Amino acid sequence: MVSGSSGIALRPDRLTHLQRLEAESIHILREVVAEADRPVMLYSVGKDSAVMLHLAKKAFYPAPPPFPLLHVDTSWKFRAMYDLREKAAREAGMELLVYRNPEALARGINPFDHGGLHTDMWKTEGLKQALGLHGFDAAFGGARRDEEKSRAKERVFSFRSASQRWDPKAQRPELWNLYNAKKARGESMRVFPISNWTELDIWQYIYLEGIEIVPLYFAARRPTVVRDGMILMVDDDRFPLAAGEAVVERSIRFRTLGCYPLTGAVESEATTLPQVIQEMLLTTTSERQGRAIDHDQTASMEKKKQEGYF
Amino acid sequence: MAASSQDQSYRADALIGADIEAYLEAHQHKSLLRFITCGSVDDGKSTLIGRLLYDSRMIFEDQLAALEADSRRVGTQEGELDFALLVDGLAAEREQGITIDVAYRFFATEKRKFIVADTPGHEQYTRNMVTGASTADLAVILIDARKGVLTQTRRHSYLVHLLGIRDVVLAVNKMDLVGYDRAVFDRIVADYRAFAETIGMGAIAAIPISGFRGDTITTLSANMPWYGGPTLMAHLEDVPLQSDVARDAPFRLPVQWVNRPNLDFRGFSGLIAGGAVAPGDAVRVLPSGKTSTVKRIVAFGGDLERAVAGQSVTLTLADEIDCSRGCVIAVADNPPEVSDQFEATLVWMADEALIPGRAYWLKLGTQTVSATVQQPKYQINVNTLEHLAARTLELNAIGVAELATDRPIVFAPYAQDRALGGFILIDKLTNATVAAGMLHFSLRRAQNVHWQPTDIGREAHAALKNQTPMVLWFTGLSGAGKSTIANIVEKKLHRMNRHTFLLDGDNVRHGLNKDLGFTEADRIENIRRVGEVAKLMADAGLIVITAFISPFRAERQMVREMLPEGEFVEIHVDTPLAEAEARDVKGLYRKARAGQLKNFTGIDSPYEPPENPDIRIDTTRMTPDEAADLIIARIIA
Repeated sequence: MVSGSSGIALRPDRLTHLQRLEAESIHILREVVAEADRPVMLYSVGKDSAVMLHLAKKAFYPAPPPFPLLHVDTSWKFRAMYDLREKAAREAGMELLVYRNPEALARGINPFDHGGLHTDMWKTEGLKQALGLHGFDAAFGGARRDEEKSRAKERVFSFRSASQRWDPKAQRPELWNLYNAKKARGESMRVFPISNWTELDIWQYIYLEGIEIVPLYFAARRPTVVRDGMILMVDDDRFPLAAGEAVVERSIRFRTLGCYPLTGAVESEATTLPQVIQEMLLTTTSERQGRAIDHDQTASMEKKKQEGYF
Repeated sequence: MAASSQDQSYRADALIGADIEAYLEAHQHKSLLRFITCGSVDDGKSTLIGRLLYDSRMIFEDQLAALEADSRRVGTQEGELDFALLVDGLAAEREQGITIDVAYRFFATEKRKFIVADTPGHEQYTRNMVTGASTADLAVILIDARKGVLTQTRRHSYLVHLLGIRDVVLAVNKMDLVGYDRAVFDRIVADYRAFAETIGMGAIAAIPISGFRGDTITTLSANMPWYGGPTLMAHLEDVPLQSDVARDAPFRLPVQWVNRPNLDFRGFSGLIAGGAVAPGDAVRVLPSGKTSTVKRIVAFGGDLERAVAGQSVTLTLADEIDCSRGCVIAVADNPPEVSDQFEATLVWMADEALIPGRAYWLKLGTQTVSATVQQPKYQINVNTLEHLAARTLELNAIGVAELATDRPIVFAPYAQDRALGGFILIDKLTNATVAAGMLHFSLRRAQNVHWQPTDIGREAHAALKNQTPMVLWFTGLSGAGKSTIANIVEKKLHRMNRHTFLLDGDNVRHGLNKDLGFTEADRIENIRRVGEVAKLMADAGLIVITAFISPFRAERQMVREMLPEGEFVEIHVDTPLAEAEARDVKGLYRKARAGQLKNFTGIDSPYEPPENPDIRIDTTRMTPDEAADLIIARIIA
């Protein structure tokens, strides 16, 4: 749009849906920087984070985004994600903070032996600890309202009590583009600048703006194991094989990225962005199906949100 | 529902498979329409939204499987797909069977992306509907064909109109349950148009549909050959966008943030609220009124030659002029108005009612100022549209009131400009968003009464008296000892040749404030007037001593903010309620306990003690004379 070179074609007399979404997201990013004391951007290295980071670069250009990136690490992400993480922060001219929950590290919490505790300790607790440690009062997150039913009502500015809990009844009405960012000491907010984007919007924008994403989103032959109906990638030698399991090379890609032992792949031959988008449009399962975390129970995301996970 | 229609609606666009790049090229030029659906609990609103999502292929197989399972388990459609279950979100509401908040849904067709604000029809309707309508370009008003135009229909229509939505679709739903009868449809449409005219609504598109059966949603229905208009989806795809109209308005950019990476660059960032801008345009910065020209429109990837309403941009100006967050950069020869007193419609959104006279934060565009609201002129009954007398506004009430801001703000009437006419009010203590408002116009007195500068200023007054003016603000329960201690303080200061004046709560109510009672609103006005008088006296160089119960933190804070930093000294005369009641010097507690005195602080009206008073006096540990000495020691350096 607002970019001339690679990006969305500028047709000033009628804004496209992506131009309007982009303008809204930039407005939200700037509003937080204007009103919060100590903002931070949660950066998960996934495609939504990539779009959010790109929007931040545009919002504050020619200055670099005036806040650090925070990666709440579990030590179990795909190796390709760690590679892009360093590069993306460097290119944006931003400080990168990496936080690993020391207790989870000491207890050797891992997705193979600890199930739900893995997400709880590394991500939910890790995030709370990191925000508390640095005294951040506003954290940008890449959640979208179309991801899951319980998120359809999430505010753009989501308030957390001093104990970082989300109380659905204490959320503020959001009218026009007026966001109330006032808060008492100790309270904080999570802000979701891409709330109104859909998965297709994200992909189209990545395509049009030429945003770099983790290569795992594109199909390649990778070592895999099929377990509980999910295709898992054997990304390093910490992956314990069960009796009878064998590592098989398959042409796969990922629709979402998280901890590699918890993230299901799809078999695919899509090696370019248009092919990925094509598959996405023709597919018949939703994005979150690849995440083990949602299968635990009905309304599981809502419960996790109340506990402080996104 | 029929299996055949399912298959048809699930057939993906052939272009996706054949030529994805052509498909993407076509789809990057889609526009965006935001709309709201309004209906009562049983009008089939969730079913309609579920149907729109389903028919635009936004439902995936796994979601469909879950829907089928849920439909069998808790559905209300006797085992058939219950589309309402697609859009029910929070666990609590699924159990209650009602939606409890505003939810946003997304779907897209070949031409447009849509964002739907889904708001519930039950008693929280006003707050939620107003929130959902504030960002909508269009409203779909649902009517149950069996029931016709109801009170709720009128209420929803009024709110939609109030929020400035010009495009309205009247969707007469459940046509399958009235035998697809044209006469029923025509009668409802005629009833509705008659009502719509009374509130000044413009054109309305009326469409007969069945959300459950899918009639006239994406395809014209063989069941209603008599209907010659577009399908609901076709109408949503083709209606002109109100947001595009903003391009023709005069240029306005509320400044959000000043981009200053180094001394050589100073950019003004914001979302263009109206009009268009190009380098070389003459602009005026408000409220200061200084003029300049636009130098560049700076953007990542290269400067822009032009930008329009709806874009987030960064401008640089040719001249070094003052401009910060809250200013508005506007076209030089047609700038918006600046004022500090207004009439506005307010929609109250908090459990705690409006307190006339109390200071709230008012956020309009990127401006945040302190504002007080007068007692409402009237409240509007949203069902009958009658004007009712009102002293306050409770949750979900709508009223018209005058309000004043502590400094001039840049604004436009809401009817002309949502971005510079819509505002929210924020409670200063809880930080909750308590109201939404729409400005009508500025009041003439604000424009015509100018501040008259005087040659002898407050510093000159104080210098002549050889003292630092200040306000010693005594607060505490009735009978705590405020007046007694204040009196001794004044006597001692007088002996020290200090120029003082004591404003006593009881005495002021004999004159200046004899028109005020003891309701919360009157108590606030009492303190506001005393604060203004104390401020004038401090300007005259005096040490002002006040003794008022002044029970609310917000009002004490209001007076503190009227005065220069450091001149307001809050003195909490801290006497426990039991002790003050035991003393009962004026016999008031006895009367209050007997029910003869209403709104008595400590009995049936709250006292909010200062959290960090400048001076705290514990009357159970010192005599009034010792207290006075302590105060004087603290204020006279």
